[in-house]
Amino acid sequence: MTTLTDPPAESFKLSMLVYDTRYRSYTFQIIALIAVLTLLGWLTNNTVQNLHDLGKEVDFGFLNTPAGYDINQRLIEYDNQDTHLRAAFVGLLNTLLVAVLGCVTATIIGVIVGVLRLSSNWLVARLMTVYVEMFRNVPVLMWIVLAMAILIESLPSPRDFRGDTPEATMKLFDTVAFTNRGVYVPEPLFSRGIGDLSVFGAFGISLDLVAIIVVLIGSFWVAKRIGRKADATQEATGVRPRTWHVQTAVIVLPVVLLLILLGFHLGYPALKGFNFQGGTHMRNSLIALWLALSLYTAAFIAENVRAGILAISKGQTEAAAALGLRSNRIMNLVILPQALRVIIPPLISQYLNLTKNSSLAIAVGYMDITGTLMGITLNQTGRELETVLLGMLVYLVISLIISGVMNVYNERKKLVER
Amino acid sequence: MSDTHAETVLFVRETMLEQQEPPSSIVGPVGWARSNLFNGWKNSLLTVLSLAFVFYLLSGLLPWFFSPTWYSTSLTECREILAGHEGACWGVIRERWLQLLFGFYPSELYWRPILTLILLLLALGPVLYTDYFPPKLLYFSAAFPFLMPWLLWGGSIWMPLMVAAGFGIGYAVFAAMMKVANAGISLFVAAVVAVLWWIFLAAPVANGIASLVPLLPLEPVPSRNFGGFMLSVTIGVTAIGCSLPIGIVLALGRRSDLPLVKVLCVCFIEFIRGVPLITLLFVASVLLNIFLPPGTNFDIILRVMIMVTLFASAYMAEVIRGGLAALPSGQYEAADALGLDYWKAQRLIIMPQALKISIPGIVSTFIGVFKDTTLVSIIGLIDPLGLANAIRADTAWNGVYWELFIFIGAVFFIFCFSMSRYSMYLERKLQTGHH
Amino acid sequence: MKKSVFLGALTVAGLAAGVAGAATVDDVKAAGKLNCGVTTGLVGFAAPDANGEWEGFDVGVCRAVAAAVLGDPTAVEFVPTTGKTRFTALASGEIDLLARNTTWTFSRDVDLKFTFVGVNYYDGQGFMVPKELGVSSAKELDGATVCIQTGTTTELNLADFFRVNNISYEPVPIETNAEAQQQFLAGACDVYTTDASGLAATRATFENPGDYAVLPEIISKEPLGPLVRHGDDEWGDIARWTLNALIAAEEYGVTSANVEELAAAPTDNPEINRLLGTEGELGAMLGLEADWAVKAIKAGGNYGELFEKNIGENTPIGLARGLNALYTDGGLLYVPPFR
Repeated sequence: MTTLTDPPAESFKLSMLVYDTRYRSYTFQIIALIAVLTLLGWLTNNTVQNLHDLGKEVDFGFLNTPAGYDINQRLIEYDNQDTHLRAAFVGLLNTLLVAVLGCVTATIIGVIVGVLRLSSNWLVARLMTVYVEMFRNVPVLMWIVLAMAILIESLPSPRDFRGDTPEATMKLFDTVAFTNRGVYVPEPLFSRGIGDLSVFGAFGISLDLVAIIVVLIGSFWVAKRIGRKADATQEATGVRPRTWHVQTAVIVLPVVLLLILLGFHLGYPALKGFNFQGGTHMRNSLIALWLALSLYTAAFIAENVRAGILAISKGQTEAAAALGLRSNRIMNLVILPQALRVIIPPLISQYLNLTKNSSLAIAVGYMDITGTLMGITLNQTGRELETVLLGMLVYLVISLIISGVMNVYNERKKLVER
Repeated sequence: MSDTHAETVLFVRETMLEQQEPPSSIVGPVGWARSNLFNGWKNSLLTVLSLAFVFYLLSGLLPWFFSPTWYSTSLTECREILAGHEGACWGVIRERWLQLLFGFYPSELYWRPILTLILLLLALGPVLYTDYFPPKLLYFSAAFPFLMPWLLWGGSIWMPLMVAAGFGIGYAVFAAMMKVANAGISLFVAAVVAVLWWIFLAAPVANGIASLVPLLPLEPVPSRNFGGFMLSVTIGVTAIGCSLPIGIVLALGRRSDLPLVKVLCVCFIEFIRGVPLITLLFVASVLLNIFLPPGTNFDIILRVMIMVTLFASAYMAEVIRGGLAALPSGQYEAADALGLDYWKAQRLIIMPQALKISIPGIVSTFIGVFKDTTLVSIIGLIDPLGLANAIRADTAWNGVYWELFIFIGAVFFIFCFSMSRYSMYLERKLQTGHH
Repeated sequence: MKKSVFLGALTVAGLAAGVAGAATVDDVKAAGKLNCGVTTGLVGFAAPDANGEWEGFDVGVCRAVAAAVLGDPTAVEFVPTTGKTRFTALASGEIDLLARNTTWTFSRDVDLKFTFVGVNYYDGQGFMVPKELGVSSAKELDGATVCIQTGTTTELNLADFFRVNNISYEPVPIETNAEAQQQFLAGACDVYTTDASGLAATRATFENPGDYAVLPEIISKEPLGPLVRHGDDEWGDIARWTLNALIAAEEYGVTSANVEELAAAPTDNPEINRLLGTEGELGAMLGLEADWAVKAIKAGGNYGELFEKNIGENTPIGLARGLNALYTDGGLLYVPPFR
């Protein structure tokens, strides 16, 4: 009946691996795989051979030996008898600290500068341009070193606070001391604290802080419920009951009560011996790194922000103006929310850059993971392979987490188009 | 009606008034200042604050900056000249500026890096300023990568010629293979042949010919003597130049339909972009020798160049991927409709356009890489910052700080600023092309 | 040279294998130059001058070895190394000799597998403080801020010292001596600790050196010396005996000025004759020429001359010989006999 017949079943020929598009992709992929595996195998083989020749086998045991060196900036307890692993962890926390601080500050400065670059004030716009160009076109390593040098040279040393007629005095009603060793600010203390919670016996988390955070979250949740109830009332009756005083009280009172219960007070820094004692000491290395990284990254963010704002069509501004919005509200309510979608993807890569640039901390002696694990530990133990690979892995994980989180956020902020 | 009108109106102007000058508060410097600096109290406040800031900054810096210490020969002499006043000690720049620019390159051979830089600009001309340079110069641009190592490192010209010959051999193989196989396979075979040539034959052949016919031998300069800005520029230019082809391959791989190739490229790109450059430099300085066959040893500058190239190629791949993504899909479809195969479509339709769109991104990647070369000072190379350290270890200049940093910062600024201006010019130019 | 050109080096990477296993001295002779690791810059010990020529006390050792092996004190390729890269550079064969004020310790010798060929400077870790602090002993430094160079043994010594004395301190890690100096002068740290030679050198360059004092405590032994890889004893011997020859030359009164004259013909002193190769076969035993020591001494003078020229009392650094005097003058320099 039918004139259509199946094409004759082609028998497989070797040449089809190359000429037939159905198989060619497999051929290429297998070749690529073999090439990569060969390369990896070759490298591993060399490494094993070389390490054997040097008499150094891959061994992470050094991580459990006492580190022997001190770290000035630490978020968890550490002394020189603790292990290299703990030292690396101290470094990791320091990296995260400066990265988080830097990202927040850089965003704030970047947005302000980006908006001001478009200011109608000629002088301000020019000054911002000078700032952006200066920071973008000089290596960040130089800015870090310069920030440190400026802090050291321009601030008074603790010595200057001494004597009957000191050359320098503490600022803000004798509570804050700016010295070239860092800034000493009052620290929160609890005279009836409930102690620390030990996690895996490795480090403690202040239960006072946890309690305060829990209470705060609870209060905010209650305040929000009150707000929702007011919304419901408004929907039903058209009259919105006044709730702000109740909400404020709900948020403020429990925390204040808790603070009084815990015996909250401030510990002020005071000059004792060689240094200021008491208070929280923000070291110059941290401040210099933070400042330099934020200012450097902010210059790039400012450009992204400017580009984002310029990408919003002028019609939006005019429409907002026609609605009678004032210029700062136009910026806040109409332009920036739209510009955000353009700004966020480059912002993510700026955050990543800042985090990676924080590895230059060794230039100012800030003990981040590069300074501890890939610095002193590498030096003292001679374990180059293990330390450097471990350090790279840590940075890789941090980077992947940041870009993952920011991509999720970006996904949520994306314009829903129909 | 008209009569009444004529009676009621006492005066009718019959000639136009002379046009008057606008009030001085609207035009001229005053008007400009009013509209640009003092419109509204907020702006006025900002202006006054900014002025105060600028004044404060300059009044502190300028007296220090202008200090009569140009001819001093040591810090002690500077202190004598300044006699207790605050002031810069510029003698260190006068004595060391050549070293900061060229490192330890033999001073009688300074013409070579200078000539290389001029040739580099000439080679970049037809690529960057397509309007002003004859397209024929592109042949020179293609020759430059082989000229540069010869001029900088010296030796006989045969080595770069033999490396160039590798490309010729590769092309010949490619052309021959095209008769029997498709482009992908031909390219693959040609690449294998060229790599084999480079690895096993190029050096012996070059040495052989050089011993017979020493054509234009230049005095060899070991890369250990490279330093200062010359080192930064060499690393930067090499990294960008070499990373461009690698970046194209990676970008194509990342957009490829072959899942395995795609995964490999994504892994490589994300790995390199996920770790700081300094860790890659640590790998170059302490680990690369462990990864290579026992006894392999090539100098640290070459190792650093390889790592910086890998680093740059990951970023380059992303830039080019952006360029590829920015091409309207109609271009791809049109290429398919013409019946071009993958390689032809890439070569004739996609890449020329995608690369053109990517040039601003490539330039900013280059600026980034160029700035990042300062990191090599951390692993002990004598780049400008490393050299600043070494200079301060000289007893005459121990204690000099700001002067060196200001000089280095200024030179970096000039380089990077002019490049970023160029990329802005290009963006403007490309933009007009679209509308 | 051609080998390091561009792709040529990759070629070498692909082909050459097992080079490091060969005798270092043959490699050095074949290359016609000595790869010598030095610091990236330390006043008096190694620093490049305006013409890019390296100068300093450690540099002198490199030049002497190059002169002994190759007959040319300028046939040295100086490789600046950091605290981090120095050992890898030596282990991987990038450098043949490391003369970078490196402390001879058990673990470096045994665990990291290097051979220290001697001591060219006996140092110890000290403290420098501003006089206005009124501190006269390191034990009074409770709570002080201490500037310290990272990546050195000084860091560990410091931690040990304060722990043993049960006093607290705040370390301020610094990358280079220049930065430490800046921080110390500005008062960002109360104390600067490093090798006593470094302290003296740093203090000498201050605007008012009299305002600062070096405390009497020396908290560690820091014998600084050149080192080579484990396993190549011939090369180790050459480096060791070149250093010894410089010290012996000072002991016997052989200087760069009179060495030619003394080497021209055998003298009355058989030790000098053997050292300078006019008697015996010492050079041949090392696999070098008979006048190897003559060349080494001519390169920069004997140990005393090197010391005086680079770090001695007449230089801005102004170090006294102290422990580094010959044993005959109450120091520790005592070389085995040349026979």
